[in-house]
Amino acid sequence: MIEFQDLYKGFDGKAVLQGLSLKIRDAETVVIIGYSGTGKSVALKHIVGLLHPDAGDVIVDGQAVSTLDRDALTALRQGIGYVFQFAALFDSLTVADNLALGLRRRELTEEEIEDRVQEALALVDLSGTGERMPAELSGGMRKRVGIARAIALRPRYILYDEPTTGLDPVTSAVIDRLMVRTREHLGVTGVVVTHDMRSAYTVGDRIAMLYEGRVRQVGSVAEIQQTEDPVVRQFIEGRAE
Amino acid sequence: MIQAIGRRSISAIEAVGRVGQFVADMVRGLRDVGIWARLVVIQMRRIGVDSLPVALFIAAFTGVVLALQASYTFTGAVPLYFVGTLVGKTMMLELGPVLTGLALAGRVGASMAAELGTMKVTEQVDALETLAYDPQSYLVVPRVMAATLMFPVIVAFAIAVGIITGWLTSLALLDLSTPDFIKGLKLFYLFKDVWFGLLKSATFGFTIALVGCIVGLGTRGGAEGVGRSTTRTVVYSAILILVLDAFWAVVLL
Repeated sequence: MIEFQDLYKGFDGKAVLQGLSLKIRDAETVVIIGYSGTGKSVALKHIVGLLHPDAGDVIVDGQAVSTLDRDALTALRQGIGYVFQFAALFDSLTVADNLALGLRRRELTEEEIEDRVQEALALVDLSGTGERMPAELSGGMRKRVGIARAIALRPRYILYDEPTTGLDPVTSAVIDRLMVRTREHLGVTGVVVTHDMRSAYTVGDRIAMLYEGRVRQVGSVAEIQQTEDPVVRQFIEGRAE
Repeated sequence: MIQAIGRRSISAIEAVGRVGQFVADMVRGLRDVGIWARLVVIQMRRIGVDSLPVALFIAAFTGVVLALQASYTFTGAVPLYFVGTLVGKTMMLELGPVLTGLALAGRVGASMAAELGTMKVTEQVDALETLAYDPQSYLVVPRVMAATLMFPVIVAFAIAVGIITGWLTSLALLDLSTPDFIKGLKLFYLFKDVWFGLLKSATFGFTIALVGCIVGLGTRGGAEGVGRSTTRTVVYSAILILVLDAFWAVVLL
């Protein structure tokens, strides 16, 4: 389970998260929605210890992330897959090496690593692209490689940061289907940060709206779709006013 | 005015603290030998092979100029074989290490800052961390170690080339024979001249790589930020090379 406990974080005197509290139960996918700059990605980065909170904490499997030492944090990260907004593939490595890099930190033989890489590429429909360089891939393919890199680790949790941003509607639908398939096949707990409502409705078990640094409303897809809250309503309907 | 001085002082102290913390993290990163050992070899090849042409080009012309200027200065006052002395001593003690260091601050330091800065702004450094790698072990230690080990090798070649071009210039353009040039070269030669130059160049390599890594990994704000980091690395490295050069002269000569 992942739990945000009264999390505060600011940058250069500007408060971003202002008391974020949210529980993500095992095997569910929670989608965090909200306006740009409300701290969705910042919240995600706290789960893997990429950012240190000003106050409060994130509890993952009973461990307060900000209190973990280097070795404990490394162990925690080995159970979490992270899909970055722009994939964050390593430019100097082939697709296969991008996937294998995380696996080389585990007690696996080269054969096992190769099998896992091929399996993950097959799951994202990119078999046969292992020897290509990231620069040779389209935006959608890069995102799928990013997801494959996370899946290959066989994590307990997968965190998706804006997985469909910048993609055309068809490619977005492919990524959505992939996220659903990943949850169904691997049974992982997912946290998805997005402002793409179609994607949120497709992949989310629950949706949490982040507003002014804290959760404005959290509920099932149906509950969010029928919300009476004017702020949430405006956001999910995409109205200017 | 006083407030501005105070702010600048605090910011300078903070910068020193950040560098100290970075170096401490780098030392801690040495623990993961399995991660950095293989990468050191790759970086040594990149730094060494890629930098050699620039370093040798500069050294070659420095040797030519040194020989000609020495001859111009000595004419009528000092025996001409002192050209060999001046070319040898100057290349070994000063111009070999310093000119190579300054050139490689642009070549190696800027390239490191640009590469790491790009990795930082495209979240590749964060990705590395989420894959359970310490960026210090994976990115910093191999670069700093490779630069520290390879700079003396590059400088040794540069010194040799500078002396050779100085000798060839003496033969071709000055009225100096090979035995006379070698006589001058040996005249005040001390083994210390060699190790002083090479030790100095190792510290230049360490400094350039460290600055490149610190500034590169501290990059913010997209392509413009990467550009700023690259420029900053070259400026800081050049200043530190000159300061270090004076420091070693005071301490060791």
